[in-house]
Amino acid sequence: MMRHSRLATKDAESAAIEARGLTKHFGNVRAVDGIDLDVPRGMIFGILGPNGAGKTTLLRMLATLLPPDAGSAKVLGYDLAASPHEVRGSIAMTGQFASLDEDLTGRENLILLARLWGFRGQAAKSRAGDLLNAFDLADASAKQVKDYSGGMRRRLDIAASLVVTPGVLFLDEPTTGLDPKARKSVWRMIRSLAEAGVTILLTTQYLEEADQLAARIAVIDHGKKIAEGTSRELKAATGSGFLHLNLVETGRLGEAKRLLEEKVGGNVQRSAEGTTLSIMVDTPQKANRALAALIDADIELADFSMGAPSLDEVFFALTGQSTEPRLSPERSDGWSRNRLPR
Amino acid sequence: MDGAEIGCRADPCEASGQPSALSNALVFGWRAVLKFKHIPEQLFDLVMSPVMFTLLFTFVFGGALPGSTDTYLQYFLPGILVQTVVFNSLYSGMGLSTDLGEGLFDRFRSLPIWSLSPFAGLMVGDILRHLIASLIILFIGILLGYRPEAGIPGVVAALLLLPLIGFGFGWIFLVLGLIMRTPNTVMTMAFTGIMPLVFASNIMVDPATMPGWLRVFVEVNPVSLMTTAMRGLLAGNVTLTQLGLALLTPALLTAVLAPLTLWLYRRRN
Repeated sequence: MMRHSRLATKDAESAAIEARGLTKHFGNVRAVDGIDLDVPRGMIFGILGPNGAGKTTLLRMLATLLPPDAGSAKVLGYDLAASPHEVRGSIAMTGQFASLDEDLTGRENLILLARLWGFRGQAAKSRAGDLLNAFDLADASAKQVKDYSGGMRRRLDIAASLVVTPGVLFLDEPTTGLDPKARKSVWRMIRSLAEAGVTILLTTQYLEEADQLAARIAVIDHGKKIAEGTSRELKAATGSGFLHLNLVETGRLGEAKRLLEEKVGGNVQRSAEGTTLSIMVDTPQKANRALAALIDADIELADFSMGAPSLDEVFFALTGQSTEPRLSPERSDGWSRNRLPR
Repeated sequence: MDGAEIGCRADPCEASGQPSALSNALVFGWRAVLKFKHIPEQLFDLVMSPVMFTLLFTFVFGGALPGSTDTYLQYFLPGILVQTVVFNSLYSGMGLSTDLGEGLFDRFRSLPIWSLSPFAGLMVGDILRHLIASLIILFIGILLGYRPEAGIPGVVAALLLLPLIGFGFGWIFLVLGLIMRTPNTVMTMAFTGIMPLVFASNIMVDPATMPGWLRVFVEVNPVSLMTTAMRGLLAGNVTLTQLGLALLTPALLTAVLAPLTLWLYRRRN
């Protein structure tokens, strides 16, 4: 049996990932607390949550790096506990920190892995060469990895996971720490892998990333799955739209908040810095009424905008708390523009 | 880039089935060899201090201790070989600690390979290191006038014993590498332990000149037992008892620490 592709597995009908009640404790902390997951084959599935939500622990369990304390999971039909070797044979994992040998060149790193996968001599070299070309690393192939930039390192790290095309690829925060250009190129690679039939489970704390890449998203917080669906479904669960506004005089924020809640109903969400007010509105008419009320009360607006809810607002609606305290403070509608590292 | 290029499904790929445990271990050995190529400085590290010790002791203390530098070199050189191997055996522990810190072992552990092959690779690197360092020291010793009375067979036997000693001591540092957070801590701990073993031994000075209480320690010090056997091998008058005593410690260390290393490694998250 040739092992160069791991797309075909024992049971073509089984889901890519099927997890039931996966649980992991670290001391008293339930890092992962009874998570169920069903990921169909060929899908990009996003796991979204703030730092410390349990994303990495979940991934490490599914990649056989960490035994679960309770629950079970099957990857491509293979049970984690009963056949870990078969699971390892059909997955690849790219962790948050590049798992590369810094002293070796990019090419040598790939040849090393190709040989471990069973490519011999020339075949290992040519596989490494193909990957280096595909990931735009051919020019740097003879450089030691310690001299690579963050983006190059990440690309090589993902390439290293693809020496033999995995059935399921786990990507733990694949773009954390990358500049926008490098992030876009990693996204492109992830999409083309999915087109090639690889199931991808990726974690991210960037809502835009999940929104851009993932066909389905599970939102996790404190080790529990608090919601799951397509990006559209998650947004729909929160309501049709949000009105965001900034005042000229921040001293009147309290007054404006009361007025809005009276005219529109529901709760006004204040951004972390407290200068932006956001409120869910069902219809543009309601928004009009709210703005008119503010103008009547002589509260001057610096600016306002109306939009579909950002995933941050979705997160707020789901958890009753903003992700803000655990992440850098940004405008509440600013996930997509501001939350990604620059 | 398009999916077809990275996807490795049929014709262009020639992975030829599940590689054996041995071939996995050899691949890791190849990695160790690449490290020599990319970090030639580590050879310098490896050899510099024993060379300095050899020159220093031969010419500074040599005349004062047994009367002439030639006599002293004859006494001292087998010991410096043992000392070098003991010191250098900490490299794989440091390497392991570095690899663990970089997440490299996570990748190895998520591969469908024999789970101990990365260790086997570290050992291959160790054995190469011990052989290279020993050969260089022997070469310098011979330049300075050292003559192994047992000739080539004695030298070959010595070159077989040295990696075994290093292999035994290596486990201590693999365990430290799994427990300690940074490679530097491993090194500090290692030196604290190795220094007294190496200096309170018969490597440099005949224990007959030492105070009684120290002699008691020196005579049971495993490093002394190894040095005695090494002298015997190179002089051609080694006894089986000497060899057995020299191998006792490496064998015990392997029997106790190898399972501990594996247990620590498997338990590690």
